[in-house]
Amino acid sequence: MTIGEIVDAVQGEVMCGEDRMFEVVEYAFASDLMSDVLTIKMDNFLLVTGLANVQSIRTAEMSDVRYIIFVRGKAVTDEMIDLADENGMVVIRTDYSMFKTSGILYSAGLKPVY
Amino acid sequence: MKLEYDVAAGDFTRAGFASSSIKKALKQLGVSPAVVKRVVIAVYEAEVNIVAHANGGRITADIEPDGINVVLADTGPGIPDVEKAMQKGFSTASKEVREMGFGAGMGLPNIKENADSLRIETEVGKGTTLYIYIKF
Repeated sequence: MTIGEIVDAVQGEVMCGEDRMFEVVEYAFASDLMSDVLTIKMDNFLLVTGLANVQSIRTAEMSDVRYIIFVRGKAVTDEMIDLADENGMVVIRTDYSMFKTSGILYSAGLKPVY
Repeated sequence: MKLEYDVAAGDFTRAGFASSSIKKALKQLGVSPAVVKRVVIAVYEAEVNIVAHANGGRITADIEPDGINVVLADTGPGIPDVEKAMQKGFSTASKEVREMGFGAGMGLPNIKENADSLRIETEVGKGTTLYIYIKF
């Protein structure tokens, strides 16, 4: 799926990386547990999370994750956006829940990491 | 090349600063992305551990042509039972640490998983030092 298609599918708001809507991502992983994200060997997947803080962005940076969706309308702070921007990430926010977001994206063809 | 960083206890806003800087240095040196990821994950887990558990510490990364040695030394409570701490799922992390998305008892096992060699020196009441080596 392209990032633009993902944004449309979850009625998302792009917080940074607006110029990268044409990029394609194949896999996704949904978790609020950053320790779990850090065990994933694959990189460049989409992270779906409800944990909105600087450490989520840091974890994505360390894991070479370039696309993040924050679910349930979580507030994304300027500090988070600055760090994401610095690391070339696309940050999306949606009001949908983790379950709904994951269901929609799975149905649309995004593959699970496991 | 030698890189050194101080890590403050409890400062989660800065946790990852050292790992991020080491990542940039390795990328600039042209180390393969797969190896960079293993180094960075191992160091980040250990850096988060210092922030979460210790009273502060110091990270020293020695980058050599064929590999990287990272020493993470903290002053803190130490680890009473290293074998237990290495078990997946065992954690003594606080509620605050868990709220940051960590403290699931996955850190030390994940460091071991990513490192070519991991040695832990610890003394209860004094602190812990991790020696991580990863070859390029």
